[in-house]
Amino acid sequence: MLDFLMRLFRQSPASKEIAKERLRLVLVHDRANVSPELLKLLKDELVQVISRYMEIDEKGLEVTLDTSENMVALVASIPVRRIKRAVKAASV
Amino acid sequence: MGEVIVITSGKGGVGKTTATANIGAGLAMRGYKVALVDADIGLRNLDVVLGLENRIVYDLVDVAHGHCRLKQALIKDKRFDGLYLLPAAQTKDKTAVKPEQMKEICHQLKEEFDYVIIDCPAGIEQGFKNAIAGAEKAIVVTTPEVSAVRDADRVIGLLEAADLREPKLIINRLRPRMVKQGEMMNIDDILDILAVDLLGVIPEDEQIIVTTNKGEPVVQDQRSRSGEAFRNVARRILGEEVPLMDLERNGNLFARLRKIIGLG
Repeated sequence: MLDFLMRLFRQSPASKEIAKERLRLVLVHDRANVSPELLKLLKDELVQVISRYMEIDEKGLEVTLDTSENMVALVASIPVRRIKRAVKAASV
Repeated sequence: MGEVIVITSGKGGVGKTTATANIGAGLAMRGYKVALVDADIGLRNLDVVLGLENRIVYDLVDVAHGHCRLKQALIKDKRFDGLYLLPAAQTKDKTAVKPEQMKEICHQLKEEFDYVIIDCPAGIEQGFKNAIAGAEKAIVVTTPEVSAVRDADRVIGLLEAADLREPKLIINRLRPRMVKQGEMMNIDDILDILAVDLLGVIPEDEQIIVTTNKGEPVVQDQRSRSGEAFRNVARRILGEEVPLMDLERNGNLFARLRKIIGLG
């Protein structure tokens, strides 16, 4: 009896909601066409750009596409070793 | 000058061939001249779905290679005035026809017929490229499943890249009862995701199996729900505004009984 009531009140989402959410996520990746090669290219260029301003730990660099509730974010975790001092003056 | 429409889906087994046969027959029932082209070379099936498998002499590859004239390869469907089939070759492979040849065949058919409807093979490789080469419009068939909708999305992208803009969607095998229970994606869910116009919704229907067993398009079955849905699709292609049919009507026996005694 308790078991029955538990089942009755458990708020598990209907399977179509699960299907929709899975589809949304998979399509974000499909449409963005983010292949590992593309991500690597992006990483390499990021390193180049950021290295102009700071010294970073390239090995610790992580770039991923984060798909959360209803948006996609490009998440980059870039360990900084040292910030170059001369940058501000040099660029002006 | 007719119109060339390709029916595609990406994923196999969602009902492309059935849709092609029924849309073609549906248009023919309305008095139009229709050529159905089976572009699935090596795995032809439109002939058996239409019940015309015993009448094939020449096929698409024969036409492409000049082994026969286009008219010789066209099979006339005796049940539907104006319906013809250009069958695929069964023993060749997809490379036996080139996009240029497909284009030429479509061009010739278009001069004779009001509608040229191409049944595209599953997948997105050479067979797909051939099938869409001569098309001016596209219909994408999907079912309410994650895999089918995903592939439909991919195909819509490829169609648009090939300048086949604004493809129309057919949602096949919808089960209204499961949708009601929240266990199947509904029409709006799918349209939301794919962001295309809806051409029709075909409810899951056992009658399709029965009619396909016999090689008869279900569209001529006046009592079946899927037949009605396909007739509606044909009318929409002709430019008529036809509202979506009430999918909840004629539920199971109990639902109907409940309705009759006032509990529904």
